[in-house]
Amino acid sequence: MKQGLTIAWLLFLASVPLWLNNLYVLHVLIMAGIFIIAAMSLNLLLGYTGQLSLGHVAFFGIGAYASSLASLGFAVHLLPDWQVSVDPKPVWFSMLCGTLIAGLCGWAIGRLSFKVRGAYFVIVTVSFAEVIRLVALNWVELTQGPMALNNIPYLRLGIPGLFELSFLRKPANYYLVLAVGVICYVVIRRLVHSRAGRAMIALRENEPLAASVGVDVTRYLVLATIVSAGMAGAAGALYAHYVRIVDPDVFLFIYTVTMVIMVVTGGKGTLAGPIVGGAIFGLLPETLRALEAPPEVQWVTYGVLMVLVVYFLPDGIVPALRNWWHGRSAVAAAPAPEQASTEAAR
Amino acid sequence: MSTSQPDRELVVDGLSIRFGGLTAVESMSFHVAKGEILSLIGPNGAGKTSAFNAITGYIEPNGGTIAYRGIRLNGLKPSQIAAHGVVRTFQKTSVFMGQTAFDNVLLGLHLASRQRPLAIIFALPSVAREEKELAEEARRILAFVGLEARGALLASSLPYGELRLLEVAIALAAKPRLLLLDEPVSGMNPSETASFMQILARIRALDITVLLVEHDMKMVMGVSDRVICLNQGRIIADGPPAAIQSDREVIRAYLGERYTRAQD
Repeated sequence: MKQGLTIAWLLFLASVPLWLNNLYVLHVLIMAGIFIIAAMSLNLLLGYTGQLSLGHVAFFGIGAYASSLASLGFAVHLLPDWQVSVDPKPVWFSMLCGTLIAGLCGWAIGRLSFKVRGAYFVIVTVSFAEVIRLVALNWVELTQGPMALNNIPYLRLGIPGLFELSFLRKPANYYLVLAVGVICYVVIRRLVHSRAGRAMIALRENEPLAASVGVDVTRYLVLATIVSAGMAGAAGALYAHYVRIVDPDVFLFIYTVTMVIMVVTGGKGTLAGPIVGGAIFGLLPETLRALEAPPEVQWVTYGVLMVLVVYFLPDGIVPALRNWWHGRSAVAAAPAPEQASTEAAR
Repeated sequence: MSTSQPDRELVVDGLSIRFGGLTAVESMSFHVAKGEILSLIGPNGAGKTSAFNAITGYIEPNGGTIAYRGIRLNGLKPSQIAAHGVVRTFQKTSVFMGQTAFDNVLLGLHLASRQRPLAIIFALPSVAREEKELAEEARRILAFVGLEARGALLASSLPYGELRLLEVAIALAAKPRLLLLDEPVSGMNPSETASFMQILARIRALDITVLLVEHDMKMVMGVSDRVICLNQGRIIADGPPAAIQSDREVIRAYLGERYTRAQD
């Protein structure tokens, strides 16, 4: 039944561009989708390993910049008389580069987190994001600084001379974001229901005990950061080739905060949490604007709703719904305990 | 030293642990023979748990060597030591509170599992097969400690005595050859302690060597092959339970100088 529900949801999401003929709404959905992917990646780190990365937008921005630069080509002087130049690459390859470079940065941050945990990890990630933002702002030769990278090419896939898919228009981009989102969801789902995910949960719940049964804490923290950063980078690459302009503002702290809000309100450590939280808090501002609420009312509503969710559903929306559902079905029929536990383990 | 005598499973030689100016353990030397149940006893602060922490890599000793089957454990991480088959439990109840009892054991089965990250991401059939085996194994281990009916319950909802059994189940999931139990029956009532002693006998039947720290003397004297008594970081007696019970030094450590004089 659960699988049927997932398929029904997917079919519904896939059908949206067919019946929705409002391009602005489609744009809002695409942007929310990109943010949901970023929030899902943050959830792997925050929800499953329990490490709060408050610089997660750095990976998003690195993915966006790396992918844009690879597709535009660039030439920089690393030393006064040593110039490195890169020719424009195909967009699909650039997006892959963006993902991999973000993953590599994730590896470096993950190695650091071996030494620093908790509050210190938060400070390291915040500083990392800020340093990267300053680099993007000031290394004008590479990033154009505040002038921004313009005319970023859009994605084209196909065999030359036979057929070509171009991801210029919104419906195509919608499907691209949906496809990447589904891939990320499946990867995260497989990870968390495996030995690797259990190791992450173990070190979130009780690190000394996890170590005592042989969980190599560093190894799994680093794995989680690499995967998480790579996915955030992929989201950044999607953003760059959809919006087609990238400036240092992609590194703004508020975007990290938005991702954290999506994860925490939706339910951290649950697969559906960031999707639900992302759908609500990604679409809410635009919905309120469509209802022609004055700006101050929009933001007050956003804030009040957030406070209400955090106050009344501290574990998030998805766990609360799940408890409510279990409570109902437990009254209807007491489930066989063993079966329930294996299902939870799946 | 350890290689010359094959029945010596764990050899601790000249172990010293200091916390700042406080000496917790002072040049302690002892060994654990293969297949035995050895108990460490002593008044609070005698250095029992510190010795445990040093053996399992949770603290770095200031001096001395620890060798398990000829492998030096000093400087290894707890997870590496666990991979050698030396697994511990904790004095303060330590389980994965937010998970079900079944999932607790499944988390403990980390070393029994061989999945690689890429195999997981591509969902190779070997992963699904192994997951099935792990679930089966987790149920077996839960049944071994008598918690088979509790699998679906959250650890945080279990009563205290069952939590302590769950701890042992998690440790057993890590496939120990040497199991270090840190006060496993503290806080249990007499009937729970009695059933725990039965589980201990079954653990021993699995060819698992046990090093036990315990204050419950009835249990210590009932299950141990050998008892080592510590006082203020030093070993003051080492022998079979009966000899320890009548040892003057031990009585003095527990009951004081005047009690031994009164006995004479």
